[in-house]
Amino acid sequence: MLSKRIIPCLDVAHGRVVKGIQFVDIIDAGDPVEAAIKYDAQGADELTFLDIRASYESRDTLYHMVTEVAEHVFMPLTVGGGVKAVADIENLLHAGADKVSINTAAIFNPALVKEAAERFGSSTIVVAVDAKSVGDHWECFTHGGRKATGINAVEWAKRMSDYGAGEILLTSMDADGTKNGYDIPLTRAVSDAISANVVASGGVGTLEHMAEGLMAGGADAVLAASIFHFGTFTIEETKQYLAAQGIPVRRN
Amino acid sequence: MKQRKIGLINYGMGNLHSVAKALEAVGAQVELVSEAEALQNYDRIVLPGVGAFRDCVAALKANAMDEALKASLASGTPFLGICLGMQVLMDVSYEFGRYPGLGLIPGAVKPFPEDHPQRGFKIPHMGWNDVVFSTEKEIHPVLAPLSGSQVYYVHSYCCMPENPAQLLAACSYGDYPFAAAIGRDNIIAVQFHPEKSQRAGLALLEAFHQWNP
Repeated sequence: MLSKRIIPCLDVAHGRVVKGIQFVDIIDAGDPVEAAIKYDAQGADELTFLDIRASYESRDTLYHMVTEVAEHVFMPLTVGGGVKAVADIENLLHAGADKVSINTAAIFNPALVKEAAERFGSSTIVVAVDAKSVGDHWECFTHGGRKATGINAVEWAKRMSDYGAGEILLTSMDADGTKNGYDIPLTRAVSDAISANVVASGGVGTLEHMAEGLMAGGADAVLAASIFHFGTFTIEETKQYLAAQGIPVRRN
Repeated sequence: MKQRKIGLINYGMGNLHSVAKALEAVGAQVELVSEAEALQNYDRIVLPGVGAFRDCVAALKANAMDEALKASLASGTPFLGICLGMQVLMDVSYEFGRYPGLGLIPGAVKPFPEDHPQRGFKIPHMGWNDVVFSTEKEIHPVLAPLSGSQVYYVHSYCCMPENPAQLLAACSYGDYPFAAAIGRDNIIAVQFHPEKSQRAGLALLEAFHQWNP
């Protein structure tokens, strides 16, 4: 049976892992390569790197970091942040990424997702959707959550899935950093609407939250940062708990 | 443990570096092969793959790598195909149309059933899943280290070999069984990514490195 995936997320800035709360108040959380090796040893199912600064100056740092991580771990790596063109995707894949996450650029140039999925395969293209509750629906935000777009997040996720994105990295900006749990209605709405995989992100504080994201939220994978970085739970503890809830997880 | 020289076919697509790193991690000497004439210089050949079927076959044909590969396989060189590198061995694929493959393993490459997402089974089939062996035949030596482990799959299309003897292991997604591994003689090919399957995947690559078909 296909296992649900547990994905530690490394938010990086200038070559360091950092952790923000609701996209601000950044604190240092260590060296990315050391963190990757630690999660590999713990049995993480994948790793995600998001370059939250995504400035031109930090591109080379990011490529080097991806290459170094890819040399040390043998599991899928998703890398995102500042991807604007097919060439950026190619550079990241060449550096050692297995999947590339597109966020802001997809909003301004949706055809990029289509082109990238055709060229590199759906399995390689992830679209990151940062969503915030607005009245009776959710809206997409860009630029690390600073700019509203007026775009309905569920409809957007559907469109990106139809364009060939193999995975939607769905972050609730309301929940992010709160440790109050994933936004379950948002996760469920997107998961029910699209054919692509859904990775739930933002707000996990307990192991129960992970189970909720996968069961009630219908996500295919759950992503978490601080609970792993600060040692609240290990990947193995997480999987033990989920397995006890009857959720299929990989234990080898 | 003997170190072998593995030729990794470079056709301008695919995750070559991940595969090269993983093979090196199990002690192999790895070189990228872009010229068809060079292929005969290797003890082992690996064809990795990410991307579209049509583009991969076209790229292999463009520099006669397809003919060089067929010649090396006919001479008995052990071969490992990974993901798309497995699918191109088949006669035909229905990905984005109908395209002929290399015809080394009889059968077709077909998509998962269309209603899979509606039934809650997302496409691509992405993540860690099983490798199931028939109880009626001996497990292939290259696959033996996988027993009981899950491995990492990422694909929307599946190989359907015609000859049941060439189906070496299976997997199932949404009650839809498909080939996890196929092969014959000196050819073995897997749908999952050993280079992304941590310990289990490295164990498979190590077994391939030492395999004497």
